[in-house]
Amino acid sequence: MQESVQYKVFKVFNVFVLSLIVFLTLYPFLNVVAQSFSSESYINAGEVNIIPKGFNVETYKMIMSDRMFWINYKNTIVYTVVGTALSMVVTTMFAYALSKKRLVGRNFFIMFAVFTMFFNGGLIPNYVLINTLGLDNSMWAIVLPGVISIYNMLIMKAFFENVPEELEEAASIDGLGTYGILWKIILPLSKAVMATMVLFYAVAYWNSWFTAFLYLDEKELFPVTIYLRNMIAGASGSMAAGATSADNLTQIAANIKSVTMVLTILPILTIYPFVQRYFVSGVMLGSVK
Amino acid sequence: MEQTGKMEGAEKRNSLTQSKWAKNMALIRKDWQLYTLLIIPIIYLLIFKYLPMAGNIIAFRKFVPGGSIFGEEWVGFYYINMFINDPTFWRVFSNTLILGGLTLLITFPMPIIFALLLNEVKAKRFKKFVQTASYLPHFLSIVIVAGMVLQLTAINGSINTLVEFFTGDKINFIQQADWFRTIYITSEVWQGMGWGAILYLAALTTIDESLYEAARIDGANRWKQTLYITLPGMLPTIVVLLVLNIGSFMAVGFEKILLLYNPLNYETADVISTYLYRIGLESNNFSYATAIGLFESIIGLILVLSANFISKKLTETSLW
Repeated sequence: MQESVQYKVFKVFNVFVLSLIVFLTLYPFLNVVAQSFSSESYINAGEVNIIPKGFNVETYKMIMSDRMFWINYKNTIVYTVVGTALSMVVTTMFAYALSKKRLVGRNFFIMFAVFTMFFNGGLIPNYVLINTLGLDNSMWAIVLPGVISIYNMLIMKAFFENVPEELEEAASIDGLGTYGILWKIILPLSKAVMATMVLFYAVAYWNSWFTAFLYLDEKELFPVTIYLRNMIAGASGSMAAGATSADNLTQIAANIKSVTMVLTILPILTIYPFVQRYFVSGVMLGSVK
Repeated sequence: MEQTGKMEGAEKRNSLTQSKWAKNMALIRKDWQLYTLLIIPIIYLLIFKYLPMAGNIIAFRKFVPGGSIFGEEWVGFYYINMFINDPTFWRVFSNTLILGGLTLLITFPMPIIFALLLNEVKAKRFKKFVQTASYLPHFLSIVIVAGMVLQLTAINGSINTLVEFFTGDKINFIQQADWFRTIYITSEVWQGMGWGAILYLAALTTIDESLYEAARIDGANRWKQTLYITLPGMLPTIVVLLVLNIGSFMAVGFEKILLLYNPLNYETADVISTYLYRIGLESNNFSYATAIGLFESIIGLILVLSANFISKKLTETSLW
């Protein structure tokens, strides 16, 4: 199997292009990390790209001693844990029921769910609803709107449909009801898809900011994404007091923003290498629908 | 005679539906545990998805904050006429179309090209490394992506270091309307290209290796193989994703734009969703904003339904 000269040239070119893509993908991360460890004067002079200049860890100390930062961080963790747990329970129930061909009205229920993917109430009616239900300024405004992702539900349903029917029949002869079968037979078989779903939901809750931005007014309830957002938008939060130079009065320093970004990305970056295969397998599962 | 025959038929149908009903009820009773699993999800969807859909009625009714979520009194097409006669609406409408169009034209094909390039890499470790790195941005919060964008395009940011090196000048990217579309599309590609390629890579693994062998024997080079085997193998995936993308055409990156835009680049950055956000939640004109939102959702629904219909006719691939 000989290769043409053109194809050899292409292969070299290809490796070069892909390496460039990797570099460009990682560059913003490197830049943020570098700026987080640099002193403001070098950043303002436009001299910090991927190597820190005027090494400085004072900002890290400053942010990490800000009580509000940790309160907001804790909120993010709580919203993520509660939201993910709730999502998993409801999504599993829904997906399992819909995976059963014997379910009377199955097609109707599937359409009922899928329709919400393509048509939604829109911003204002949702806003009015959450306020009317009195959920604003509570954790539930953040958690409840995202409880079921129909996309995730369909992935799970596709997985359940592939579990051999005989397993369940055997279990039901042994006297297990639907609950027992789901709990004792199906769930232990579905660890991989469950792990993937947990990750999908957890990432969504961890990253969400807009619901919090809409429904929360009290700083003590903010997730860390809002802490960061307010900093980026230049709103003078509790950090403004810590800013020193004059131009920081109008705009919060790039260095402080970078530190906050690094601290927010860090948990995702640390677990990412270990869990990324679950993400990929989840998407694959979704494609075999 | 005829009359009674018809009556009998109707009765028969009636008793048939009745017995079907009874049979279904018996099935449900026997299998009640399965049906209880549906209760919470259905109630959830009714309250959090279908109730807001019904709430769109305030596009035609006067809404008073704190009043009924379905409004107080009918006003007909008052709010619809309002946006039809609103020049700002048409500006954001065309901005939405342009950004949506650019997304389809640039953001959508990038993962396909990326997957094809990756497919030519035989070194497993290098391939794995490129993939792992390229998925990473997908997992970042939009807030962080926006933060990075602002930092990179800042007057003292990395991009301006390059620009200054080549031109001797600096550009205040984020304050110039001319640059917004470039910034937005680039950041979308940066965040979505790697992740978007996964489905295509999955599709590539299902292509029968013997097809390539046959093509090689026929003397087809790698480019021809790509054109006649690889791309057709990816086509069903491309079509499904294209239909989905067309469905979200109108809903262009609302959250990202909200974080990136400012009055200086409204001219190109302001889209329907950000405009209705300001109308509704900053100016408290709920009914007007709902009318605009309803218009947007209906167009989105029509787009996805027709894209699906067309793809069903042309390629026999469809979402449902």
